[in-house]
Amino acid sequence: MKEIVKCKNLSKSFGEKRVLENIELNIQRGKIIGLLGKNGMGKSTLIKLIVGLLTPNSGEITVDGKKIGVESKKKISYLPERTYLDKTMKIEETIEFFDEFYDNFDKDKAFKLLKDLNLDRNTRISKMSKGMQEKLQLILVMSREADLYILDEPLGGVDPATRDYILDTILSNFGKDSSVLISTHLIADIERILDEVIFIENGKIVLTSDTDTLREEKNASIDEIFREMFKC
Amino acid sequence: MKFDFDNVRPIYLQLVEQLERYIVSGNLKPGDKLPSVRELAISSKTNPNTVQKALTELENLGLIYTERTNGKYVSTDETSIQKHGEKYAKVLTEKYLDDMTKLGFTIEQAKDYLNKFGGIK
Repeated sequence: MKEIVKCKNLSKSFGEKRVLENIELNIQRGKIIGLLGKNGMGKSTLIKLIVGLLTPNSGEITVDGKKIGVESKKKISYLPERTYLDKTMKIEETIEFFDEFYDNFDKDKAFKLLKDLNLDRNTRISKMSKGMQEKLQLILVMSREADLYILDEPLGGVDPATRDYILDTILSNFGKDSSVLISTHLIADIERILDEVIFIENGKIVLTSDTDTLREEKNASIDEIFREMFKC
Repeated sequence: MKFDFDNVRPIYLQLVEQLERYIVSGNLKPGDKLPSVRELAISSKTNPNTVQKALTELENLGLIYTERTNGKYVSTDETSIQKHGEKYAKVLTEKYLDDMTKLGFTIEQAKDYLNKFGGIK
């Protein structure tokens, strides 16, 4: 199936507050897609619906043609905004844990990526810097052979060298038929690797476009277009 | 290979231009094998689909060719590469003359300056 994710008329409220409204979204295979919006516009909520951490109030989501459930979770590798690793564990224990937990986890790949970082597998996570923890988490997420990688704000608060490492790791580890959905508000840092962008504002998708087409149309960078559209 | 982009113009076009320059300048020689799409994506920090699009464009321009299953190579048609070089020479010369005339110099003066300073490097 060409589409990996389909959202139809999706809405989500928390109590009285409408967070997402009538979201229509298709994610094709083989693409890197940016989910762009300011803070609090619904990016993380949309992601949590797709990964099955939240359920919609109305509408439908399918992953590879199937409703959200055990099967869909196998196909999606998700990097949440906040770390969920057990900090008392050592790196090696964490990798073993992932290996046991996920059928499609490639342990050799994880150790190889770890080696490139010169990280000792006996290091305890609590002893690692924030940047290192983020890199480890990305390695864990990208070492799963998934159909869709969803990265929620992978660049928040990292230095430029770490940012480059993250972009390289994404580029070199997603397969031909898989897709990557990256949510961020740091657009300038990432726009070059994006095939498509989705702009989200007040819980609604206001624009979806091929990035180079959009640049050509507006004669501006995605970052500039975004700033212009959503001026405070 | 090094690449440098601005985010304003389509990335694939900038990739086409920069690869074209590598070929015209002889940094990539006729018959040289090009890095794979993935390698180019990583070294240019762009998306593999963008690289693919740029390579298709270069192939349409006749600057590279695909050898089935074996990858992509720089064209061995040196006349065609030279023609692309001339295209660059024309663009750069026009730009120089345009800048000079905007500053109030005549074309003749611009040529004189070329003779006067062109030898110094």
